[in-house]
Amino acid sequence: MKFTTLMASAALALGLASGAMAQDKTKVGFVYVGPVGDGGWTYEHNKGRLAVEEEFGDKVETVFVESVPEGPDAERVMTQMALEGADLIFTTSFGYMDPTINVAKKFPNVKFEHATGYKTADNVSVYSARFYEGRAVQGHIAGNMTKSNIIGYIGSYPIPEVIRGINSAYVHAKKVNPDVEFKIVWAYTWFDPAKEADAAKVLIEQGADVILQHTDSTAPQAAAQEAGNVVTFGQASDMSEYAPFPRVSSIIDDWAPYYIARTQAVMDGTWESVNTWDGIREGMVGIGEISDAVPADVKEEALALKAAMAAGEYHPFTGPINKQDGSVWLAEGEVADDGTLAGMNFYVEGLEGDIPQ
Amino acid sequence: MDLGEINPILLVASLMVAATPLLLAAIGELVVEKAGVLNLGVEGMMIVGAISGFAISVETGSPWLGFIAAAIGGAVLSLLFVLLTQFALANQVASGLALTLFGLGFSALMGQRYVGIKPPSMGDVHIPLLSDIPVIGPILFQHDPILYVGIAIIAAVWATLKYTRVGLILRAVGENHDAAHALGYKVIKIRIIAILFGGACAGLGGAYISLIRVPQWTEGMTAGVGWIALALVVFASWKPWRVLLGAYLFGGITVLQLNLQAAGVAIPVEYLAMSPYIITILVLVILSADKSRAPASLGRTFHASH
Repeated sequence: MKFTTLMASAALALGLASGAMAQDKTKVGFVYVGPVGDGGWTYEHNKGRLAVEEEFGDKVETVFVESVPEGPDAERVMTQMALEGADLIFTTSFGYMDPTINVAKKFPNVKFEHATGYKTADNVSVYSARFYEGRAVQGHIAGNMTKSNIIGYIGSYPIPEVIRGINSAYVHAKKVNPDVEFKIVWAYTWFDPAKEADAAKVLIEQGADVILQHTDSTAPQAAAQEAGNVVTFGQASDMSEYAPFPRVSSIIDDWAPYYIARTQAVMDGTWESVNTWDGIREGMVGIGEISDAVPADVKEEALALKAAMAAGEYHPFTGPINKQDGSVWLAEGEVADDGTLAGMNFYVEGLEGDIPQ
Repeated sequence: MDLGEINPILLVASLMVAATPLLLAAIGELVVEKAGVLNLGVEGMMIVGAISGFAISVETGSPWLGFIAAAIGGAVLSLLFVLLTQFALANQVASGLALTLFGLGFSALMGQRYVGIKPPSMGDVHIPLLSDIPVIGPILFQHDPILYVGIAIIAAVWATLKYTRVGLILRAVGENHDAAHALGYKVIKIRIIAILFGGACAGLGGAYISLIRVPQWTEGMTAGVGWIALALVVFASWKPWRVLLGAYLFGGITVLQLNLQAAGVAIPVEYLAMSPYIITILVLVILSADKSRAPASLGRTFHASH
């Protein structure tokens, strides 16, 4: 826990001692997979936490623990939060799924919210964003921008969320550029700047001139900037410090409205276990400003694509789309259902290589 | 699958870059352990070095000053370890762990203002003639200066430990501090110097990540290299050149496995991802069959009255 949080809790303990309406406070806990300064995924979740504090002022108290490994350690952290009287706990990474369910069983009166997972319980909600909608926009721009026709993709773990992103980006890159080829590297980490930089460099050395990343740090952006002629996209956060080039656009996760609504629900006693999966339309997925490095017509098309998804007129996975082995997944005009998307474990036709199992 | 897409020259060149932070941190820890002190705070000293170097080079615009600041930063943090273990006689394992935890938190605090800033670039050395040799030139003679500094430190440590009186005394302190004390050597003083050297090297290694390898500042960016360095010292049987070999092996396979993945080789990614650890351990364990052992006083607290 950070020093400032400790100080805050110390100050709060003093407040409790003086008995000033402290029992009315709703306590909200956050478990982060990386440091709040990662500039990406955790940074945005922490912005959501700050928004909750801003919204409710002294009616709410938030605590967070950062860089919690996915695994048994996470259970310990969550248990500790629940024991300290948290009313609502957000666990913000896929790997916290089973620990969240386990701890939730032990604390039936504490509400849990697990990001990007699929297991729910009476006191466990899941929430996620339709990042693949943002990936469609990225794929469109990437397919237009690449000159070598090789697009590098840094994956974290082979989980449905990441595979959806790869498929969506590929489908839309292929649409505008039939010769496009994806090179995918699995980093097996969410956050390791040195490794992410290495992965980006390897992809660049092998000819990629567009890098898409599904890891949390800005290291690939720095590697691309050094290479000079490589396009990147901000991931999870705007990463605008690398705009206008190499970062030409980004996917921005906006968790604040959801966190505020859920905290409000706990305060009102109306909290129920739900399965939320919001996208561009609801504002949970934002597209960062498309910089001038992108040709004007491409930018216009990308914005039109975004608008169509926001209006609900276009679904990124609309048939005809085949699976990698050539079998039909979606017929002409057919739209993927959420169940298949949530558990997606296959590549679409045209992608090379196997998904690690 | 197309192995032809892997450029062996770029591969070897980038493995040397990937290995350098590990190499620097490990050679520093080797000297510390040779003096009979186990400092588990390598990770903490690295990350403090990373931010010290980053902050100073951003403020001054000079990467060289940054690296000097990183060495000083790492050494200053190791002073804390000196205080705890050499004067307060605290447990070395616990103190080292505390140093890592403290370093990680403290660097995050120091680095708040430096997120998202690009540091000044150091640029590569182009040695005339040598760097123009085909194949060997790009591999050996077109790197940043710190990479050569790392190799020079390895050579210097090896020569010092093996051929000089200073090295002999250092080893004596590490093997049997009571005997060294009885001979009139200042055990505490020698150990303090060794610990400071270890801190400075770890700091350099950290700054190599934040200034050259990545280059940017992010919290927790050393991501466990310090721990690998600690393990590497043991597996390298406390021998400087094996540290170099182990670091290059580890860095090399790390880069190679990413290359193989990108080239679409049909080996399951899980095996590729674990290969750097397994192969490095295997090779060094086989090498260490020559009965090299740890310094006898490693991790033991010294006090003149004991």
